[in-house]
Amino acid sequence: MERTGAEIFVESLRKEGVHTLFGYPGGVVLNIYDVLYDSDIRHILVRHEQAAVHAADGYARATGEVGVALVTSGPGATNTVTGLATAYMDSVPIVVFSGQVPTHLIGNDAFQEADIVGITRPCTKHNYLVKDVRNLARIIKEAFYLARSGRPGPVLVDLPKDVIVGRTEYVYPETAKLRGYNPTYEGHLGQIKKALKAIHESRRPVVYAGGGVILSNASRELTEFARRLRLPVTTTLMGLGAFPGSDPLFLGMLGMHGTYRANMAVSHADLLVAVGARFDDRVTGKIDEFAPNAKIVHVDIDPTSISKNVQVDIPIVGDAKNVLKKMLGLVHGAEWGGRDEALQGWHAEIEAWRRAHHMDYGQGEEVIKPQYVVEQLHEATGGRCIVSTEVGQNQMWAAQYFRLEEPRCWLTSGGLGTMGYGFPAAIGAQAAFPDRVVIDIAGDGSIQMNIQELATAVQYELPVKVAILNNGFLGMVRQWQELFYDRRYSHTRMDVAPDFVKLAEAYGALGLRATRPGEVRPVIEQALAHPGPVLMDFHVDPEEGVYPMVPAGAPLTKMLLL
Amino acid sequence: MRHTINVLVENEFGVLARVAGLFSGRGFNIDSLSVAETQDPTVSLMTIVTRGDDQIIEQIIKQLRKLVNVLKVTDLHEGQYLDRELVLVKVTATAETKPEILRLMDIFRGKIVDVSPKTYTVEVTGGEDKIRAVLELLRPLGIKEVVRTGKVAMPRGMQNGG
Ligand SMILES: Cc1ncc(C[n+]2csc(CCOP(=O)(O)OP(=O)(O)O)c2C)c(N)n1
Ligand SMILES: [Mg+2]
Repeated sequence: MERTGAEIFVESLRKEGVHTLFGYPGGVVLNIYDVLYDSDIRHILVRHEQAAVHAADGYARATGEVGVALVTSGPGATNTVTGLATAYMDSVPIVVFSGQVPTHLIGNDAFQEADIVGITRPCTKHNYLVKDVRNLARIIKEAFYLARSGRPGPVLVDLPKDVIVGRTEYVYPETAKLRGYNPTYEGHLGQIKKALKAIHESRRPVVYAGGGVILSNASRELTEFARRLRLPVTTTLMGLGAFPGSDPLFLGMLGMHGTYRANMAVSHADLLVAVGARFDDRVTGKIDEFAPNAKIVHVDIDPTSISKNVQVDIPIVGDAKNVLKKMLGLVHGAEWGGRDEALQGWHAEIEAWRRAHHMDYGQGEEVIKPQYVVEQLHEATGGRCIVSTEVGQNQMWAAQYFRLEEPRCWLTSGGLGTMGYGFPAAIGAQAAFPDRVVIDIAGDGSIQMNIQELATAVQYELPVKVAILNNGFLGMVRQWQELFYDRRYSHTRMDVAPDFVKLAEAYGALGLRATRPGEVRPVIEQALAHPGPVLMDFHVDPEEGVYPMVPAGAPLTKMLLL
Repeated sequence: MRHTINVLVENEFGVLARVAGLFSGRGFNIDSLSVAETQDPTVSLMTIVTRGDDQIIEQIIKQLRKLVNVLKVTDLHEGQYLDRELVLVKVTATAETKPEILRLMDIFRGKIVDVSPKTYTVEVTGGEDKIRAVLELLRPLGIKEVVRTGKVAMPRGMQNGG
């Protein structure tokens, strides 16, 4: 039977198992919206296209499924760029569909025309301009396949108006066939054995796990592997939750705002086992002095990640879960006994670092410390919730003080560092899990970048709890000015801020405020008890800093502790 | 180190932009690039001449392979491939230079393809060394304009194409 492009689009989404779509309509996608009117796919009308993409991204990170967004041409499409770049940097599987002017007008500077395929080429895993409705079903199939397979990432599909209204026979392909795309899942057995030999010989090993462990659903394998071989584990910002935060083997996060013991352990290790991590500059500090004595094993599905920033001794291209499973299958037998004795000295050294310095803050009677708010959020929820963050100090305090036990509970823009990400991402996660507690740990600056989404949360009864750590500053930038620019706070003080409580009320949400430490917990309890979305405004110490801190470009051992 | 890399790609719109964008976005050099359809009309071949230390070349090759529309990437090794470039050179033609130009074209098996009262335009085809030599020898005679195709390359026989 012949179908229109719009019908093919909606039917293909259903075939891909899409239940929820985040979108914003406009002229060229009207026909799609007309089909959606009768469809059982839930469409969530955001208030800005950037938020549609972040929501799809949050949905994807929380569920492991592909998130989907739909926008119109021109400004609708260009508004997705930050969302795509955010998802690209963090390897999040999403598919964004944009409307486009009819093919005969492309290149004519038509009304609401933008070359979105050209614009997003460097911030998507791949993108498509559909030029003929007969290719639409195949391209949608490929888009979903590309988004979720290999190293996941965002894919954009641009849909000209005439493709949307055109008609063709509809057959949804069973599989996607791309002759230039064959991700490697199986790790090379010889390399795996070499890595195990190195681990066996090592007396100072550290596992350095990144977001790839979460993307490949390998947390359980990683945990079992580290526990069986008694390997200390540190994770990147993106890897938080890949290993249980309460496990004695956990060193905390490494890098610029990592723990003292994690950074010291990495710097003194004789073997680094990197899994699904990419040696980002925020992690390594001064690259020549990163893990200077360590042999490096690197497991990654993306060959370009290997030996990009540091020379790797034992590369293993493959899927983290697959490789860890193979490794687990090989570590039986007598030679793998006595691990505790073999690593006793190393564990003692790490314990000494832990004692020498652990993160702390002094919560007094008068002023709320932002870290205290994070700890109270953790305590009040028992840690059993999904946490998103904005960017800045709020993000780092959340990373340091909200102990995560499980994967897919942590939504943060690690690679791009996108202020305004957390709230719409939380909305996306809440749409996927209506019954879970979803908290956005926010800054007073960041939250204003997508504050309009309060309307979305209220309209769709998505009870996201936003906790603003309100310091009156673009705090992280202020901290750098304090440390490296002589306290010259150039344009980081936000002298005018909205009354967040009234703002919440204006949108029909609940607004709450705490100005003294004693009010923190009651506000949190009230927020958690409230059935709808809540904006909590915590007035925190305006000049609190994030520590430890490795100044940009310094080696990891040169931490400012304070 | 200079490397010559052959890249087989899907013959689709936008593929050249993807490859060029990869180089510009990541700060890699392109010394020359030529591209055209192969015997299979759905596939094009690009020959890219680039520069970088071993780590950069490794990244370039891996990043090229990562592109969805790229089918095959071959780093061509010195001495194991044939390469050709075509240049057109407009040279000042005076009573003194004319015989020299003719002599050089004879030696390098080039052709005079256009003549004007004051210039000769010559066409030379050859490998990198030959082209360099011709240009060096023509320069003192007064080069007015040079147009080059960039090189195309092919592995020598026995290596089953690529
Ligand atoms: C979209 C965007 N613009 C600018 C920045 C640079 N930046 C990083 S952190 C930060 C301050 C964030 O302020 P706020 O949200 O109040 O968080 P705080 O650091 O105070 O907790 C800024 C401006 C960014 N990361 N993202
Ligand atoms: Mg702030």
